[in-house]
Amino acid sequence: MERWWMPLPEDVSTFGPRIDSLFFTILWITGIVFVLVEVLLVYYIVKYRAREGRRAIFSHGNTRLEIIWTTATFAIVFFLGLASQPLWYAVKEPARFPRGGLELNVTAKQFEWHVTYPGLDGRFGTADDFEKRNELDIPVGVPVHITLRAEDVIHSFFLPQFRLKQDAVPGMEIPAWFQATKTGEFVLGCAELCGLGHYRMRGRVIVQSQEDFQRWVQQQTQVRTADAAR
Amino acid sequence: MSTIALPHEAQAHALHHDDRSFVRKYIFSTDHKIIGIQFLFMSLFFLLVGGLLAMTMRWQLGWPGRPIPGGAILGDAKAPGGVMLPEFYNALVTMHGTFMIFFAIMPLLVGVFANYLIPLQIGAPDMAFPRLNMASFWTAVPAGLMMLASFLVAGGSAGAGWTSYAPLSAVPEYSGVHTGQQLWCLSLIILGFSSLMGAVNYITTVINMRAPGMTWFRLPLPVWALFITAILILLAIPILTGALILLYFDQTIGTTFFLPANGGQPLLWQHMFWFFGHPEVYILILPAMGFVSEILANGARKPIFGYPAMVGAMIAIAFLGWIVWGHHMFMSGMNPVLGGYFMVSTLVIAVPSAIKTFNWLGTLWGGSIRFHVPMLNALAFVSMFVIGGLSGMFVAATPVDIPLHDTYFVVAHIHYVLFGGSLFGIFAAITYWFPKMFGRMMNETLGKIHFFLTFIFFNLTFFPMHLLGIAGMMRRLYDPTQYPHLQPVQPMNEFVSVNAFLLGATQLIFVFNFLWSLFKGRKAETNPWHANTLEWAAPSPPPHGNFEVTPIVYRGPYEYSSPDSPVDYLPQDRPPLERPSPAPTLAPAGN
Amino acid sequence: MSQAAALTYPDRRPMPGMGVYNMKLGMWVFLLSEVMFFSGLIGSYVILRFAHPTAYPPPGTVLNVPLTAFNTFVLICSSVSMVKAFAAIEAGDQKGLRTFLLATTALGILFLSIQGVEYTKLASEGMLPMASLYHAVGRHGGTAVLGGPLYGATFYTLTGFHGAHVTIGVLCLIFTSIRAFRGRYTQENHGGIEIMGLYWHFVDLVWIILFTIVYLI
Ligand code: HEM
Ligand SMILES: [Cu+2]
Ligand SMILES: [Cu+2]
Repeated sequence: MERWWMPLPEDVSTFGPRIDSLFFTILWITGIVFVLVEVLLVYYIVKYRAREGRRAIFSHGNTRLEIIWTTATFAIVFFLGLASQPLWYAVKEPARFPRGGLELNVTAKQFEWHVTYPGLDGRFGTADDFEKRNELDIPVGVPVHITLRAEDVIHSFFLPQFRLKQDAVPGMEIPAWFQATKTGEFVLGCAELCGLGHYRMRGRVIVQSQEDFQRWVQQQTQVRTADAAR
Repeated sequence: MSTIALPHEAQAHALHHDDRSFVRKYIFSTDHKIIGIQFLFMSLFFLLVGGLLAMTMRWQLGWPGRPIPGGAILGDAKAPGGVMLPEFYNALVTMHGTFMIFFAIMPLLVGVFANYLIPLQIGAPDMAFPRLNMASFWTAVPAGLMMLASFLVAGGSAGAGWTSYAPLSAVPEYSGVHTGQQLWCLSLIILGFSSLMGAVNYITTVINMRAPGMTWFRLPLPVWALFITAILILLAIPILTGALILLYFDQTIGTTFFLPANGGQPLLWQHMFWFFGHPEVYILILPAMGFVSEILANGARKPIFGYPAMVGAMIAIAFLGWIVWGHHMFMSGMNPVLGGYFMVSTLVIAVPSAIKTFNWLGTLWGGSIRFHVPMLNALAFVSMFVIGGLSGMFVAATPVDIPLHDTYFVVAHIHYVLFGGSLFGIFAAITYWFPKMFGRMMNETLGKIHFFLTFIFFNLTFFPMHLLGIAGMMRRLYDPTQYPHLQPVQPMNEFVSVNAFLLGATQLIFVFNFLWSLFKGRKAETNPWHANTLEWAAPSPPPHGNFEVTPIVYRGPYEYSSPDSPVDYLPQDRPPLERPSPAPTLAPAGN
Repeated sequence: MSQAAALTYPDRRPMPGMGVYNMKLGMWVFLLSEVMFFSGLIGSYVILRFAHPTAYPPPGTVLNVPLTAFNTFVLICSSVSMVKAFAAIEAGDQKGLRTFLLATTALGILFLSIQGVEYTKLASEGMLPMASLYHAVGRHGGTAVLGGPLYGATFYTLTGFHGAHVTIGVLCLIFTSIRAFRGRYTQENHGGIEIMGLYWHFVDLVWIILFTIVYLI
C-alpha cells in the first residue's frame, strides 16, 4: 500500500488496514464534496462576475434544492456513522476484544513507559514478572492485551504503525489491545502533552516471531531470577 | 395586527455638539462604537502577539536545536544560547492557543463586531446597558495584561496547553510552572466576566432595541449570528469559570477535584472543559459566518440564498453544539459506548454546516459579483471553511480519529476553521466595515495584495499539516526529529516553517494598510458598498447616538437587485415607492 | 448625565421586544448564566460523589442539619419579605418598602452569620477543604475520620459560592435600601426593586437545591 502522495506510516496491526480503508473511504467522499464545492465556487466566480448591463437574478432561494442537499448530507453522515461503529467497537470496546494472547501492564510516568511482563507463568504478581523501560516486546500474530496506567499526569500510548492510541489516565486502568501482523521494530510515542520531557517520551516496539519471543521471555526471566539471587 | 404610527415626534437630536471630554469620549467611553474600536485595537494587538509566538515555535519545529536569530533576548531561563528549552516551547504552544482563541479571535468576532454592529444594524442609538458595556472592555484589558505578564513571572507562563488538562495543569511539580499556571486560570476567570457582561448586553439589545419594523426575520445575518453566539457565551462561559475555579483551588489550596488522589477525577476537567469548549468553537465561527453571509450577498448583488435555512442552521448548531463535546475525548478513556454516541451527534452537526456552505454557493449563483477586498476574503472563507469542515469528518469518525487524534491533522483542522474560516471572515469584516468605523476607505490594492499572499501562504503553511498528522506527528511536540517515523517528514516541517514566516510577514501589509488608511485613506461616503442594512444609513462614522432619526424598517436586509428598485440595492429603511398596490402595513416585530 | 437623557431611544414604546424593560430582561438573561454556573458546580459534585461514594459520610453525621434547616427557613423568610417589599412599592407604600427591604437585608445578614458560625464549627472539627488537612470526625464524637477530603472540598465550594452570591445580594440590598430611604423608588418607577427581587429569589432557590443535595441526600 505504498502511496507516494499519502505519508501514512507502515500498517502492521490487524485492525490497521480496516482503519486505513475507512480513512480512504472518507477521503473519497470528502474529496468528491471538496471538488464539487470548489469547482462550483470557481465556476460561479468566473461565470457570474459583474459585467456591464447585466443584473443579478432576484431570487431568495429554492426550497426543493435545499431539501435535496440537506437529505443528501444526512445520507452521507448516516453512512459514515454506520461504517464507523463496528470498527470502533472492535478496537475499543473491551467486551469485544479477542480472547487469549499476551497480557501486559503498561505504566506511563514522566517521561517513561514501563512495561511489565507476567513472565513464564503468564500471571502478574509472581516472582518471574519482569519489567522493561521504553521497550515493548511482543510476538507477531497474537493479540496483545494492555492495561494502561499512569502515575502522574495524563499520557497517551501511541503506536502510529499499529493505528492505536489510548490515553493513560492517573487513577484509571484502561484496557487496550492490538495484534501485530509483521515482525520488526516500530515506534511507541506519547501523544498527550505531559510536561517538559513529553517530546522524548519515546519507546520501541519490537515484534518478534512467536518462537523468538518465547525464547526472549525465558531469557529475561532467567536474567531476572539471576538478579534476584545475587 | 396593528400598524405602526410613524414616529413624527422623532426629532433630530442635538447630536452634533458632542461636549464630552477626551477621556469620556475615547477611553472610558460608553459609546458602543468606541468600545468596539477599543476591542479592535486590543485584539489586533493580541493577534500579533499570538502570531509572533507561533513564528517562534515554527523556528524550533523547522530547525530543532538551532539558535533562534535574536533569540538571546529571551534569556537563559527560556532559551540558553538562543536555543529554546522544551519548557519554553510548551509555554509558547499554550500561550499561542490561549491568546489566539480567547484574546484575539473571540474579541475580534464578538467584542468588536457585536459591539459595533448590533446597535447600528438594528437601528438603535446604543446598547441596552452602555456602562456595563464599558465595564466589559475594561475587564478584558487587565485579563489580557495578566496573561501577558505571566511570561515574566518565575517559572514562566502556563505550559499545559490551551486545554490545560489536569493533573499536569494542577500540580506545579508535574509542569514545572507555578505562578504562571495560576495566572492563566485567574486571567480567564476575569475574561469570563467580561464576556458575560457583553453577552447580557447583546442579548437584551437584540431583543429589546430593534427599530420599528425590524422583525426577527428582517434581521441582518450578522445580528442573528451574534445573537446566537451571545447565547452560547452566556451559557458556556460559566461552565468554564466553574471548572477554572475548581482547578485554581487544586493549584492553590490543595483540593483534589481533578487529581486521582482521594478519588478526584482527571477526566472531570476534560468533561467540563469540552462542555464549554465545543460551544466555544462555534462562538469562534458563527459570527464570521454571519459577516460572510452579509458580504457575499453584497458582493454578488443578490439576496442571500435561503435566509430561513441560514438562520435555522445557526439555531440547530446552537442546540446540537451542547451534545457533542465528547468528540474531543474519544481517546481519553471515556466509555467507548459514549464515544459511539458522540460520534453520531458530531456527524449530525456537520449537516447544518453543509447547509450553510451550499446556501453560500446558491447566493453566488446568478449573481453579478464584484470582487472588492471584503468579497475576496469572504470567498476565501467559504472555500477554506469547506476544507475545515471536511477534515472534521475524518476526526469525527471514531476509528479514523484513533491515529489522527492529538496529531498535526487536528492542528490542520483547527487552523482551516479558525484561520481559513474565522480569520478570513474577520479580514472580510474589517475591510468591509472599516469605512463606517473610521470614515475612510482602506487601500484596495494593498488589500488585494495582502489577500492573495495570505491565501497562498495560509494554504502552503497549513495544508501540509494534514499530511504531517497522517504521518503520525503528534501535536505540541518540541522536537519531531526525536522520532524515527518522523525523520522522513522533517523537510515538510521546514517547508511549513518557511511558509509560516512568509504568512507572518504578509500580515505586516495588513497592519500597514490599516494604520495608513486610518489617517490617509480616501474619505468614505455614507454607503460605499451600496449596501442595504441600517448602518449604511448613518453617517460614516456615525455620531454618538448613531441615527439622526430612528430608522423605520420596511423590508429584509438582502433585497439586492430587486425589481422594485431602479438601482441594484434597496436599503431596509427606504420607504416603499408609490405603487398601485396598497402600501404594505408594518407589523410590529415579535408577533 | 444630560447627555444620556438626550440619547434615549426616541421610540420608547416596548415595540419590537418582549414587552419587558431592559433591566428586567437583562437580569433574566444574567440569571440564565448563573443557572449554568451552579449547574456546572452541582454537576461536578454529583459526578465526584457517584464515582467515589465512600468520601461522602451519611447525612447528618458531619453537617449540622437542624441548624442549616433553620438557616434555610431564614432565607425563605427573606424571600417572603422581598416579595412584600415589592408589593408595598407597587401599592405606593414607601414605609412598607423600607421596612421590608430592611427586613430582607437583616435576614440575609443573619443567614450569612449562621453560615459563618457553621463554617467555624466545622473547621474546628476537621472538616476542611484541603486534602492534607481534612480529618472530619463528625458531630457524634469518636476519633474515626468520616468520609474523605473530596467531601470537604465540594461542600465548601458549593456552599461557599452560594454564600458569595448572598453576600453580593446583601450589598445590593443595602444599596437599594439607601436609595429607598432617599425616595428613589415610586409606584410608577421601581424597576430596581423588581430586579433586586429576581436576583434574591434566584439565590434562595439555589439554596433550596443545595440544601437538599448537600445536606439531606
Ligand atoms: C463540520 C463540522 C466539524 C466537525 C465534524 C468537527 C469535529 C471535530 C472533532 C471530532 C475534533 C476532535 C479531534 C481530535 O482531537 O481528535 C475537533 C477538534 C477541534 N475543532 Fe472541530 N469540527 C467541526 C467544525 C469546527 C469548527 C467550525 C471549529 C471552530 C471554529 C472547530 C474547531 C475545533 C478545534 C479548535 C478543535 C481542537 C481542540 C483541541 O484539541 O485543541 N471545529 N473537531
Ligand atoms: Cu507525553
Ligand atoms: Cu468540538
